[in-house]
Amino acid sequence: MELFDLTIHELHDMMASRQVSSVEATKAMLARIDAVEPQIGSFITVTPERAVADAEAADKRFAAGDADILTGIPLALKDIFLTEGIRTTCGSRILHNFVPPYSATSYEKLKDRGVVLLGKLNQDEFAMGSSSESSAFGTTRNPWDTTRIPGGSSGGSATAIAAQQATATLGTDTGGSIRQPASHCGCVGLKPTYGRVSRYGVIAYASSLDQVGPMTRDVTDCAIMLGAIAGHDPKDSTSVDTPVPDYRACLTGSVKGLRIGLPKEYYISGLDPDVQAAMDQAIGVYRSLGAEFVDISLPHTDYAVATYYLIATAEASSNLARYDGVRFGHRAEGATGLLDMYTKSRSQGFGAEVKRRIMLGTYALSSGYYDAYYVKAQKVRTLIMRDFMQAFEGVDVILTPVAPTPAFKIGEKVNDPLQMYLSDIFTIPVNLAGTCALSIPAGISADGLPIGLQLVGKPFGEETILRAAHAFEQETGWHLKKAPL
Amino acid sequence: MKITVADVEYVARLARLDLSEAEKNLFAEQMDTILGYVEKLKGLDTDGILPTSHAVPMENSFRPDLTTPSIGIEKALANAPDRVASFYRVPKVLE
Repeated sequence: MELFDLTIHELHDMMASRQVSSVEATKAMLARIDAVEPQIGSFITVTPERAVADAEAADKRFAAGDADILTGIPLALKDIFLTEGIRTTCGSRILHNFVPPYSATSYEKLKDRGVVLLGKLNQDEFAMGSSSESSAFGTTRNPWDTTRIPGGSSGGSATAIAAQQATATLGTDTGGSIRQPASHCGCVGLKPTYGRVSRYGVIAYASSLDQVGPMTRDVTDCAIMLGAIAGHDPKDSTSVDTPVPDYRACLTGSVKGLRIGLPKEYYISGLDPDVQAAMDQAIGVYRSLGAEFVDISLPHTDYAVATYYLIATAEASSNLARYDGVRFGHRAEGATGLLDMYTKSRSQGFGAEVKRRIMLGTYALSSGYYDAYYVKAQKVRTLIMRDFMQAFEGVDVILTPVAPTPAFKIGEKVNDPLQMYLSDIFTIPVNLAGTCALSIPAGISADGLPIGLQLVGKPFGEETILRAAHAFEQETGWHLKKAPL
Repeated sequence: MKITVADVEYVARLARLDLSEAEKNLFAEQMDTILGYVEKLKGLDTDGILPTSHAVPMENSFRPDLTTPSIGIEKALANAPDRVASFYRVPKVLE
């Protein structure tokens, strides 16, 4: 056993029984980060002094009897979360020097519980990507095979778990950016229902799709983290004011009588055989635990990627208009006027994928194309949402692969954006429907790469998918497999 | 419909982006491929279907109309690339 390799609940038990202090656990984690970071590149910024100060404060809380399950736990955040006084780049050169004046609500909530901040994690620039290759701060490598991508955009949030550089992390998911890297790195990742977690202080990509969620070593930790960050926030008018259940209490281990839907559109001939085999095995496991399977159809699945790349890019082109070199971030030198300064600052500050998506979104919103592209996509989004709502009349959860293949090679898809976009085919529909889904480890490919299983729940049905994921995890133990680092 | 370099130049101007010749050619080709792919939506009948702009049914969200403290001038200007007194400084807009 190593201190850097524990779950939140295991580390908490050791701290609560005074076998280890938060300072000791934090120093062990910082040493681990130093040891493996040259191979993996999970972090954009490591904050060792802050981490030790947080850990000392946490140990005082333990001594004063004021500690809870998250006190003293060393965490790291995707660099999309604003952290007051700590540089926040969103993986972009345009924010290379940005030090936020306030923090994201999700981080504030964790900070109130006494967590330790280890640093800020690498990601695709502005969360636009499926491989973490579009970061301005270098490519993150998959700890299971360092010639492969970790997935994206929350790549660093997944590798920090898999390479044991943080006990848990936060990511964001707009089209699969939590679930796909969790699948490729063998950890647990949850995208909550839209509105379940505040987006305040989270740098916006596509505001009608973005959602914050945890990435963890097991389902229990995922439930603990979700409970900590969920809830209404007056600072995010899209956060929903419904009570936050005790997510840990729903982990009963039982799925007897649970109705699981298998959408025929997801079990297609192009599916990687190892992924298909893992899904078949998982179905067998659930059947043996007493769950019932129902064949369902989500008939508009094939339109989801096209719909997503119109809506997400349109929203992105609007959201990213704020990066103009006036108030914060990169400003170009030697501009001849205001317009020239905007244009030069943006052109120097944004990378290729961000420019491509701004261009696509601007095109989709431009005069003469707005109805044909943007409004059309919003109508198809309605059909995709209806597919899910109709399916959920007959099932409790939907079981699918997270990605059509295990992690691909670094560089394999960088020159073919459409192929990169299509790798998110199974995760994107969930964001369009606005509902919740998670990825849990469900197998290892012949090449030794993790394969994830996606469980999709009804809106605000996080308890049901966590319960189903927990039962699977306890039965199979796939989450205990470690990257050969 | 073929996306041309002229289309790319027009959209880049709207988006306040200055692209190199190589970027223009690459984006014309890639946008053409991607927009060709999204054409598939046109084959779908959406007559009478309302567009969705927000996934969760919601009414307007109001808060009490009260004055609360803001972050203040110094914090707000801390990231300014250029400033004068309590203002952001930018290149001249009008001659």
